[in-house]
Amino acid sequence: MKISREDVERVAELAYLDLTEAELESYRQQIDDILEYIGKLDELDTTNVAPMAQVLADDQTADATLREDVVVPCRVTPEILEQAPDPEPPYFRVPKVIER
Amino acid sequence: MTTWTIDGVREALAAKKVSARELAADFYKRIAERNPALNAYLMLSEERAYAQADRIDALVASGKPLPELAGVPIAIKDVISTKSVRTTCGSKILEHYVPPYDATAVERLEAAGAVILGKTNCDEFAMGSSNENSAYGPVRNPEATDRVPGGSSGGSAAAVAAGLAVASLGTDTGGSIRQPGSFCGIPAMMGSYGRVSRYGLIAFASSLDRIGPFATNARDVAATLKVIAGRDSNDSTSTTAPVPDYVTAMERPVKGMRVGIPKEYFGEGMDDGVRKKIEAGIELLKKMGCQLQEIHMAHTDYAIATYYIIATAEASSNLARYDGVRYGLRVDDSSLLAMYCKTRGAGFGAEVKRRIVLGTYVLSAGYYDAYYLKGQKVRALIAQDFRDAFTKVDVIVTPTSPVPAFKLGERTADPLQMYLADIYTVTGSLAGVPGMSVPCGKICGKLPVGLQIFGPAFGEASVLQLAHAFEQAGGASL
Repeated sequence: MKISREDVERVAELAYLDLTEAELESYRQQIDDILEYIGKLDELDTTNVAPMAQVLADDQTADATLREDVVVPCRVTPEILEQAPDPEPPYFRVPKVIER
Repeated sequence: MTTWTIDGVREALAAKKVSARELAADFYKRIAERNPALNAYLMLSEERAYAQADRIDALVASGKPLPELAGVPIAIKDVISTKSVRTTCGSKILEHYVPPYDATAVERLEAAGAVILGKTNCDEFAMGSSNENSAYGPVRNPEATDRVPGGSSGGSAAAVAAGLAVASLGTDTGGSIRQPGSFCGIPAMMGSYGRVSRYGLIAFASSLDRIGPFATNARDVAATLKVIAGRDSNDSTSTTAPVPDYVTAMERPVKGMRVGIPKEYFGEGMDDGVRKKIEAGIELLKKMGCQLQEIHMAHTDYAIATYYIIATAEASSNLARYDGVRYGLRVDDSSLLAMYCKTRGAGFGAEVKRRIVLGTYVLSAGYYDAYYLKGQKVRALIAQDFRDAFTKVDVIVTPTSPVPAFKLGERTADPLQMYLADIYTVTGSLAGVPGMSVPCGKICGKLPVGLQIFGPAFGEASVLQLAHAFEQAGGASL
C-alpha cells in the first residue's frame, strides 16, 4: 500500500478540501492504484538527467520574457468586484481571521 | 443541411447569397434542434453574436474587404474566458462566473470577423477524457449518441461534427483536443507550447495547457490557428517566433516527406478496428509518396505516469485560487479556514478533487523527489526522444487513441483505466511539440478513427501539410 487513509486526510487538509467519509476511502484506493502504476518510473535511472523545468528552449523565450516594468492601470476593478461572493468595494470581505 | 467552410462563408457573404445575421440565425436554429440531445453547448451568446454579425454585414454593404474569418460561426470551450459571457469550466464552483475580459484567442477570432455563438461543454476544468466529468451533464457523440465524444473538449468537437459551428476552440493538456477530434471524426490541432497565448485560458496545468482549433477540414484548422497564433505580451510563455501562413504552406507536396512510425505506439491494448484503420492510413501515406521509417521512442511507455504526476501537481497549485473570496461559489462559515474547506469540498467534482489530492501528495514534503522531481526528469527524457526522432524524420505518425469512442459510463468506475486512454497523446503534450488528429476512416462505417501527426516544435506547417494531403487523398473514407 502506497498511501494510507491518514495520508489522504493530511493532504486534503493541506489542500483546504473537505472530503466525505466515502470520498476519503474511495480516493485512498484509487490514488493507491495510480501511485502503484506511477511506480514504474523507478525502472528508469535518472541520476544524471536534468529535470525539465520549462518547455520552451532558451532561444524561444529570452526575448519574450523580459520587458520594461511599466505600470498599466487596471480598468476592470468594478467588474472584478462584481464577481465576488461578498464584496465591500474596493475590498473583498472574508470571515473574521484574527480572533482577538 | 449545408456544411459550411470558412472560405464558403466569406464567398457567400461577398456574393450576398446570405448575410452574417442570417447565417448566425441558421446556426442558432440548428443548435435549438440538435443541442437538447447532444448537450454540446452550455451557453449561447446570441447578443454578442448578432452584434458581430451586424458589423460584418455593414462591411459587406460598404464593399470593404472582408477579414479572414468574416461571419464564421465559432464555438468556444467553456474554460476559455469570454467577456460578459458566463464561463463555468464545466464546474459548479464557477456556475455564475462572468469574466471581465476576453481571452486573447477569443479577441483575435473576433477581430478577424468570427461570430462567437456560445460556450461548449467540457470535463470540469478540462480534467477528463470522455466529457463525463462535466457538472452540467455529459455530451453525446453526434456519430453515435450512446457513446462519448471524447474529452475534455467534447462539446467543441461535437458542435463542429454535428454542424452546430463551422469551427471551434478547445484546449489540450494531455490529449483534450486530439482525442475528441478522433472520436467525433474531425480534424483537430494542438499547436506547439507557446504558439497560442494562454491569456484568459482558465489554468489547469500551465506547462501543458494549449488552446487549438477544431474544424471540418484541415484547411479551416490552419486558417483558425493562423488567426489565434503569435506573441501576446499578456502571456510570457507565448513566443515571438513568426507565424507562417499555414494555409499557403500546407499546399506544398508531401512526396518524399520523411514520416516516422514509432514502434512503441503499436503495442498491446490497441483495439483491432483502430489498428486496421491506422495500418490502412499508413499504406495510404506510402501511396502518397511519403518515405516511411520505423523509429524508436524509448520512453513512450512512461508518459502516462509522468503526465499524471506533472499535470496533477500543477493543477493542485492552479486550483488553489478557488477559495470563495474573489469569485465563484462560497459556502459560508464563521471561520475563514472552514469557509475555504467547505467551499472547495462542495464546489469541485469528484475527478477534480481526486487530482487535487494526488497533486498535493506528489508535491508534499517527503514525496517531492520521489514523484514530482522524478516526473520532471522523465519528462526531459520524453522530450529528448522527440528531438532525436526529428533529426531523422519530418513528422511522426501514430494512432490518436487506442480505442474508438466508448459507451457512456463504460470507463467511469476506474480512473486509471480512463487515464490510460490518453496513452498516445500525452507524450507530445509533455514534449511541447505540435500534434494533430485527422480522420482515418470509420470502424464498420460507424466509429471514427483518428491518425495523429506530430511535428517538431514550431513545425505546425509540416503537420498541416501532411494532414491536408492525407485528407485530399481520401484518408477520412478509408
